[in-house]
Amino acid sequence: MTAVTDKTQPTSQHKGQHNAQHRLPGPVPASKGKRPPGTRDARRRLVVIGNGMAGARAVEEILARGGAEQFTITMFGDEPYGNYNRIMLSHVLSGEESDADIFLNSLHWYQDNNITLHAGVRVERIDRFTKYVFANNGHVVPYDVLIIATGSQSFMPPMDGLYTPSGSIKPGVFTFRTIDDTRNMVKHAQDEGHPSDRRRRAVVIGGGLLGLEAARGLQSHGIDVDVVHSGGHLMNAQMGPDGGAILRRSVEALGIRVHTGSRTTAVLGTDKVTGVRLRDRPDIDCDMVVVAAGIRPNVDVAVLSGLHVERAIVVDDQLRVVDEDDIYAVGECVQHRGEVYGLVAPLWEQAVVLANHVTGADSAAAYLGSRIATKLKVAGVEVASMGLQGPERETDEHIVFSEPSRGVFKSIVIRDNKMVGATLLGDSRKVAYLTQAFDKGLPLPEERIALMFDLGGPGEEQGVAELNDDAQVCNCNGVSKKSLVDAVKGGCNTVAGAMDATRAGKGCGSCKLLVKQVVEWAADGDVAEDPAASYYVPGVPLDKASLMAAIRKQGLRSVSSVFAALAPGSAEDAKSKMGLASLMKMMLADQYIDERDARFINDRVHANIQRDGTFSVVPQMKGGVTSVQQLRRIADVAEKHNIPLIKLTGGQRIDLLGVPKEDLPQVWADLDMPSGYAYGKSFRTVKTCVGKDFCRYGTGDSTRLGIDIESRFQGIEAPAKLKLAVSGCPRNCAESLVKDVGVVAVEGGRWEIYVGGAAGAHIRKGDLLATVDDPEEVKVLTGRFMQYYRENANWLERTYSFVPRVGIDHIRAVVVDDAEGLADGLDAAMQASVDSYMDPWTERDDPLTPGQFRTSLPLTVLPQVPVR
Amino acid sequence: MNAGFNLGPVDQIPFGEGRAFGVDGEQVAVFRLRDGSLRALSAVCPHKGGPIADGTIDQDLVLCPLHQNAFSLDTGCSTTGAEPLTSYDVQMDNHQNIILRTAAR
Ligand code: SRM
Ligand SMILES: Cc1cc2nc3c(=O)[nH]c(=O)nc-3n(C[C@H](O)[C@H](O)[C@H](O)COP(=O)(O)OP(=O)(O)OC[C@H]3O[C@@H](n4cnc5c(N)ncnc54)[C@H](O)[C@@H]3O)c2cc1C
Ligand code: SF4
Ligand code: FES
Repeated sequence: MTAVTDKTQPTSQHKGQHNAQHRLPGPVPASKGKRPPGTRDARRRLVVIGNGMAGARAVEEILARGGAEQFTITMFGDEPYGNYNRIMLSHVLSGEESDADIFLNSLHWYQDNNITLHAGVRVERIDRFTKYVFANNGHVVPYDVLIIATGSQSFMPPMDGLYTPSGSIKPGVFTFRTIDDTRNMVKHAQDEGHPSDRRRRAVVIGGGLLGLEAARGLQSHGIDVDVVHSGGHLMNAQMGPDGGAILRRSVEALGIRVHTGSRTTAVLGTDKVTGVRLRDRPDIDCDMVVVAAGIRPNVDVAVLSGLHVERAIVVDDQLRVVDEDDIYAVGECVQHRGEVYGLVAPLWEQAVVLANHVTGADSAAAYLGSRIATKLKVAGVEVASMGLQGPERETDEHIVFSEPSRGVFKSIVIRDNKMVGATLLGDSRKVAYLTQAFDKGLPLPEERIALMFDLGGPGEEQGVAELNDDAQVCNCNGVSKKSLVDAVKGGCNTVAGAMDATRAGKGCGSCKLLVKQVVEWAADGDVAEDPAASYYVPGVPLDKASLMAAIRKQGLRSVSSVFAALAPGSAEDAKSKMGLASLMKMMLADQYIDERDARFINDRVHANIQRDGTFSVVPQMKGGVTSVQQLRRIADVAEKHNIPLIKLTGGQRIDLLGVPKEDLPQVWADLDMPSGYAYGKSFRTVKTCVGKDFCRYGTGDSTRLGIDIESRFQGIEAPAKLKLAVSGCPRNCAESLVKDVGVVAVEGGRWEIYVGGAAGAHIRKGDLLATVDDPEEVKVLTGRFMQYYRENANWLERTYSFVPRVGIDHIRAVVVDDAEGLADGLDAAMQASVDSYMDPWTERDDPLTPGQFRTSLPLTVLPQVPVR
Repeated sequence: MNAGFNLGPVDQIPFGEGRAFGVDGEQVAVFRLRDGSLRALSAVCPHKGGPIADGTIDQDLVLCPLHQNAFSLDTGCSTTGAEPLTSYDVQMDNHQNIILRTAAR
């Protein structure tokens, strides 16, 4: 959690902590076998040492091949948890992801699959003759088949002062390997010192993947970071010096200081870290040191037990430890054909071969090594690398493109018309194709530049079609194009569904765009055939026009009556309620029977729910214009109610965040300002610029017009939110071109009206609807456009999708030229909605439902009942 | 099984909504369905601690207001892959009071 979110946590004494859900599962008692006591289990005993990414994956693959019938399974894991996605630790460090969210297999999974898990237990020795493993808690467990998956640990380069005299690591020094390491770093980053003191500083030792991720993560806690790297350039395992130089620029642009070609010789400070000493440069003061200088395979157990270990545990092509019949090893702790891998993709391949062999599903399966093509997002920069970093022979071709100002670098090495290496930085659009060319040795285009850029040749979509079936789309979870296509064919015709089914895109996330393209390509037609796609809401099988017609024809006036009359089996559907409530309010204005349970919580209490269950309060501030009185009142309210965060919004108002539900009525009463509707699918704000009264360029009174528009359309419901702007001249200081409706004053007292603009999740310049002479005309056309949108857009379809779908020419014909004779009806319907406006915050005096503002926060202040 | 806790009159909860109660050290969300029947689940979303009593419901499911994970009102099991909520036995007595048993079913 970042420092800012911390501040928004309510602090008043009745706010207890409710962290139970963040607590990770502790060690689980071994689950009981299903077999009644006394009967003998004929299955072989499989024991796995190491419950990390490789160990758990190998077990999953074994189960997928009917392993549960063949084996009873016992797993030992040194870490006191289920299995989690180590790759995501960087996101946990930066606060983007909570630690509870990175678990791959919960403790339930072990129980459901009848796996006995010894979490938090370390295996110390194997007796390979009697076939027992000995654990540090005294357990001695027999095996028939053993898998070693002990992974790696952080390498501690020799330097002075790493340890305290008593032999423990000096407080303030961290490694970055486990969830506990990560939590400790976060804790240190947040707890120690005071934010108001001098800025805190950390030194990260190591400028590879891990070091850069650590640096970026620490930065998000407001810490100043220096990276000290002994190599000549950053990420030298993945790229050459030219790429490294550009990466350095990008990293430095983030505010991280980089010292390459330097070495840390000592950690300074007697009982805790105060700085580091460099070999050839001045000392750096800091209160935190993160060591990310490489990894070393965990081979102690193997060595102690007499297994064959070189750099790591040596295995054959079946992942069997050399000279052992019943012991396998997998993951970072193995050495195969001389290679030791440090990324997940190879270990997925290993797990498949191992499982095939162990279960006999395919005893001929062989692992022949992995060609490492990495595609990563490091500290926010896209990095892909494979094979050679640069030319090695005189005849090698080397194609380089470098654009330092954008942080883009591409290098490709070609030998005998085959690609033998590539590095891409900052732009990985061609990665899928290049990886395939690299893996398969595909023939290359004569015009080499086509390897780097799409030159008006095959577009993205064709690019996906051209990918081979076994081309790897998600490198983190080892998902091929074929697996995705199979998932789609198997019925997952949504991107999210296919992602869930295959885990594609659930690692570092850098492949999401490609995953989406593959799914869309594979689902071709299927998606369109899905009739539900055209329903306005999922629970009523009608498109918007038919639904509205049916509601009118049958005279339905409430959401429950719509379910009763039009839903299959008259069944209510929670997911459909909010959309129906909005539609009916729009259609019926004050004739609508408002059932509160059909509303989303935000609309029940007229405020936006926050991550901790408190709410935000954004009062109306028309056109972003305020007054001394308003500001003073807001200040008083914030003081009186101990508002944890007061924030200026991007929509030119003031947000009071962290208000408990039960306090909302009093906060509104004290503010005595109308709602700003910052919570609803409705008309929100009109952003304005200064305009002609003050601005020396202004040609129109944008502030006045903005306030007028907001006064007229305040609170209007719509299929999605509506945000408007009025600018006083084409300099467009209010950003009118990227609003749902944007108005721009131009010379000669004229006004341009743009619709369908966006600058949020999507960016789109609005289309010019009309240019008119009169501000009154602006109001009419704005209202008519919005009403047309309200009646015709799909639920949650913003204008940036609606306008291009329907087409600006058609919209102009209806709204401006009245080609279909709808104008009067649209204007009248909008007028009815305008007339039925009521400030929802007046409900403070007279709550509409019992307990409307009663807390739902899981806190001790809940109404207590006596215990009898 | 214990005799149950009396949480008071059922009309504290509007039809189709939920309210939260602290009962015997546990946080419980009690829902009153549109057909008048009651359901009770633990009040804290296992995903990220969302207030389940603020969720939107139908006859079968409650949607957590924070990230829309869905849970069966009868069993507490999630249909969207989240960990389950605990489900509790809840009934109405002759005086229209809510009676909840905390021994998880
Ligand atoms: C408060 C504010 C951020 C701020 O501190 O500046 C904000 C806060 C939220 N925005 Fe926003 N948005 C805010 C301005 C914007 C803007 C900028 C603007 O309006 O000029 C955008 C880009 C323009 C646009 O509307 O697309 C914006 C694009 C979004 C989106 C993406 C919508 C899209 O379809 O592209 C979402 C997600 C959604 O609505 O589904 C979103 C959703 C949210 C939510 C409601 C998240 C949620 O679903 O609960 C945030 C609520 C926090 C809260 O309760 O305070 N917010 N949000 C801004 C409120 C403006 C106001 O005064 O009302
Ligand atoms: C912060 C971070 C970011 C990363 N990012 C990426 C990335 O973006 N892409 C990528 O491909 N890779 C990435 N990696 C590397 C990836 O996480 C590893 O390749 C992968 O986890 C290796 O799996 P493993 O099972 O071999 O080892 P581990 O996942 O380390 O699992 C080994 C487990 O065995 C346990 N163990 C060890 N000895 C014993 C014993 N004697 N008894 C019982 N248990 C024992 C350990 O406690 C550990 O839980 C990243 C790693 C880190 C730390
Ligand atoms: S939804 Fe808006 S306010 Fe919330 S974190 Fe995202 S950008 Fe910020
Ligand atoms: S907290 Fe309930 S869905 Fe996220």
